[in-house]
Amino acid sequence: MGPILRMPDPLPEPSDAASTSSPDEEKVRAAGALAAAAADIRLRGQRAGGAAQDVLDAQAFMAEDPTLRADVDTRIESGKTAERAVYEAFAAFRDLLTSMGGYMGERATDLDDVSQRVVAHLRGVSAPGVPSPDYPFVLVARDLAPADTALLDLDKVLALVTSDGGPTSHTAILAREKSIVAVVGATGALALEDGDIVIVDATSGEVTVSPSDEQRSAVETTLAARATEGERPVGPGTLADGTAVPLLANLGSVDGSRDALDKGAEGVGLFRTEFLFLDSEKAPTVAEQQEKYTQLLTDFAGKKVVVRALDAGADKPLSFLNDEPEENPALGLRGLRALRANEPILRDQLTALAAADAATNADLWVMAPMVSTVEETRYFTALAHELGLATAGVMVEVPAAALLADRILPDTDFASIGTNDLTQYTLAADRLLGSVASFQDPWHPAVLRLVGEVGRAGALLGKPVGICGEAAADPALAVVLVGLGATSLSMSPAALADVRAELALYTLEQAKSFAELALSANSAVEARAAVAAAATTLTTLTPPTTPTESE
Amino acid sequence: MPERTVTIASAHGLHARPASLFVQAVAGSGLPVELTKGDKTLNAASILGVISLGIEHGDEVTLSAEGDNADSVLDELATFLLTDHDA
Repeated sequence: MGPILRMPDPLPEPSDAASTSSPDEEKVRAAGALAAAAADIRLRGQRAGGAAQDVLDAQAFMAEDPTLRADVDTRIESGKTAERAVYEAFAAFRDLLTSMGGYMGERATDLDDVSQRVVAHLRGVSAPGVPSPDYPFVLVARDLAPADTALLDLDKVLALVTSDGGPTSHTAILAREKSIVAVVGATGALALEDGDIVIVDATSGEVTVSPSDEQRSAVETTLAARATEGERPVGPGTLADGTAVPLLANLGSVDGSRDALDKGAEGVGLFRTEFLFLDSEKAPTVAEQQEKYTQLLTDFAGKKVVVRALDAGADKPLSFLNDEPEENPALGLRGLRALRANEPILRDQLTALAAADAATNADLWVMAPMVSTVEETRYFTALAHELGLATAGVMVEVPAAALLADRILPDTDFASIGTNDLTQYTLAADRLLGSVASFQDPWHPAVLRLVGEVGRAGALLGKPVGICGEAAADPALAVVLVGLGATSLSMSPAALADVRAELALYTLEQAKSFAELALSANSAVEARAAVAAAATTLTTLTPPTTPTESE
Repeated sequence: MPERTVTIASAHGLHARPASLFVQAVAGSGLPVELTKGDKTLNAASILGVISLGIEHGDEVTLSAEGDNADSVLDELATFLLTDHDA
């Protein structure tokens, strides 16, 4: 809850009026503004560090680009103002990149951002970007560039509301990673004015404008309760009726172990092994891999650790696995398909895992990425067992695998549902493509129905069904997934506390009734709203009182 | 004019981070360096130019430069392109 500040709107397009100064004067102004913008961007990069610094450094080079500068000068020679010349030169490059599509097209946004900053310098107005007042505020924007999100001052930004973007957009994912209260894709957000007081509820996805006194005090009570919750010792995930739902961590390297354990992870539900391979042009040796796995399993001694076999392809290609360019990488030779085509790499990885397992006492499970058929399931499970791994399972990310879960689960030890890819494949919407981000919503009843198929098969056959994917990190959705039959949930460690608190509010019966509500909805939005309404009714129920006597 | 023809090693080609590192190396050399892919030749110190060539992993490009140390500068830049910077 707090006052709103809006991201400054983009600057209007500079007019094409002829310059009243000489071309030389305009050129000096342009050069100065380009250099100032570059210095400014570089400084922001240094403050941000990490991946954001790489992005910002590239932007600084764009402002200093000699080809662009020459283009600006040519335009000034023809009588244009420095503002107009800069605007046109950047726009020309932007159009060129956009026409190339794909990755290049996405860099077009970077160019627009640099262009705006240079023009702001020329005009002497404040550069567009995140405001930095000296009081806490709720930030409202159309969308944030990743660099802006990375730079947010978490002591000042109480919450984030954007009018564009979907739940797996970069903004949403970064916000979740940094535990920022965020509502993305809030239509009407741009109608909000600076200074309006709002309540932002990330759980329901609602933004309340000009709340009443009662609403305000209710929020203050909730916030105070949450502050003490954070101090409560972390325990295992359980529903209100005592049903255990182990809460596990998604990890991408052994560096995250400590943090996950501190936040109460009961083990690892998804250990991505790609990092071991990205550093090299060929697969690391069995001994090198064994060392890393031993470290991981030692950190989680006595706990469950689910390791996913190398998952290359689509957004993370590895040249030694699949070097063929593909028209549709998400539908190509990736996941287990790529591993099968390079079986020695898979054998090495499983051998290293088995050796690490023998030397430690964690409960190691291994699983294959992107399994589509019963036949693939048999192949992987048999190979893992042959190489000495006791528990082998498959990831359900392809609708075919979810639909035939009752045929897949008898031939393997467990299933783990990757909700991000399952959503992408179910709704036929590339999860990396911003223009179809609105389809990428795991609340969609079609996705939930597939999850339910796997849950039902798991319950029938007595096989565990885990969830690993952003869906498990959404507290309300986590309850629904348990209602659909998930027996454990794995998420980024930052989400564990909220999910644990939410699960404790409901019984398994209630979770199942929420799942029914979500399944019978027509859309993701309806499903979310129906469950939120039912949850509010349950948690605000007063104890039964004697009925009032009537005449 | 001295030149070197190399095959790009970075897994994602010469975009984003590798592109800005490359441009930085070119600017640091103090020599005018040209980059050619196919029939297009441009100033290698221009990040927008380099990005707009759409250089992918496995593409062949040619570097050329003239001046003192041209050979050693080209050797250094060629080594840069032969290294996988996305690793």
